[in-house]
Amino acid sequence: MGLIARRVEADGIPTTSLTSALSITRSVNPPRAVFLDYPLGHTAGKAKDPALQRKIVAAALAAVGELEQPGAVKMLPYRWSRDDDWKRETMLGGDTRSDRSGSPEYQCEADRALAAAAGDCPTCIFL
Amino acid sequence: MGAMTTRRPPVDHIVRTRDLYSSLGHDPYRWVRNDGPPPWTELAKPLRECRVGLVASGGVYRAGQVAFHHRDDISLRVIDTSVPVSELRTSHFAYDQADARMDPNVVFPVDTLRTLVAECVIGELSPRAYAFMGGIYSARRVRDALAPEISRRLAEDQVDLALLVPV
Repeated sequence: MGLIARRVEADGIPTTSLTSALSITRSVNPPRAVFLDYPLGHTAGKAKDPALQRKIVAAALAAVGELEQPGAVKMLPYRWSRDDDWKRETMLGGDTRSDRSGSPEYQCEADRALAAAAGDCPTCIFL
Repeated sequence: MGAMTTRRPPVDHIVRTRDLYSSLGHDPYRWVRNDGPPPWTELAKPLRECRVGLVASGGVYRAGQVAFHHRDDISLRVIDTSVPVSELRTSHFAYDQADARMDPNVVFPVDTLRTLVAECVIGELSPRAYAFMGGIYSARRVRDALAPEISRRLAEDQVDLALLVPV
């Protein structure tokens, strides 16, 4: 996403990027980033906690007025849990990625039928 | 409520990927490294007057759209931001989607942005959001195909600010 942030910003639109992968963000170096120290898959907050989600997204948007140094990263104070044991588990976890297949992987089978019934998908952009 | 315990440093996902690749006998992934100051554009108006565009890489699609496939898919889904979250789905090869499927706002904060519009924190939400499946192996394809496509569409949508939510 950092590469996209850089391109959008270079084309004249300011960006702000949430991130939970600090080392990758520092390496790719987007214009402005806001770091949330959570496990991957929760970049905009915890499930079913709209008050927290609101604080996180508002902080990401506010960063545009606060960060003055290109490449700066704002650190959010929120913690995933009272201890950080999940970080050790993340580092020890093996390969949990799904098998690579070239056919669409639907969340639920019903979606496959819906997509088939819809026919050509004008909102699906294949590059 | 007990006291918070000592903080551990953030997970280093570059190291984690290197260890994973090495355990599989692969060469280390070559992350993009950009030194020096990145591009920079100042916000042209106050946040409360801005039209905000959402770009998210959690593999979100809307029921009725084609899902992502898991072999180097760099395609894009255009999602109307009036969408009910009950119609949002995820398809991603690399992260645990349990929470995103329970509450898509964690990777695609559309309710959250609608709340911020209602509170006048931002002016409006762009009518279209852009979703794709992150973890794309080829930085070249992102740089040459996906990034210019998203940038062109955000400009067409006349957004004043883009919020990017990677996974």
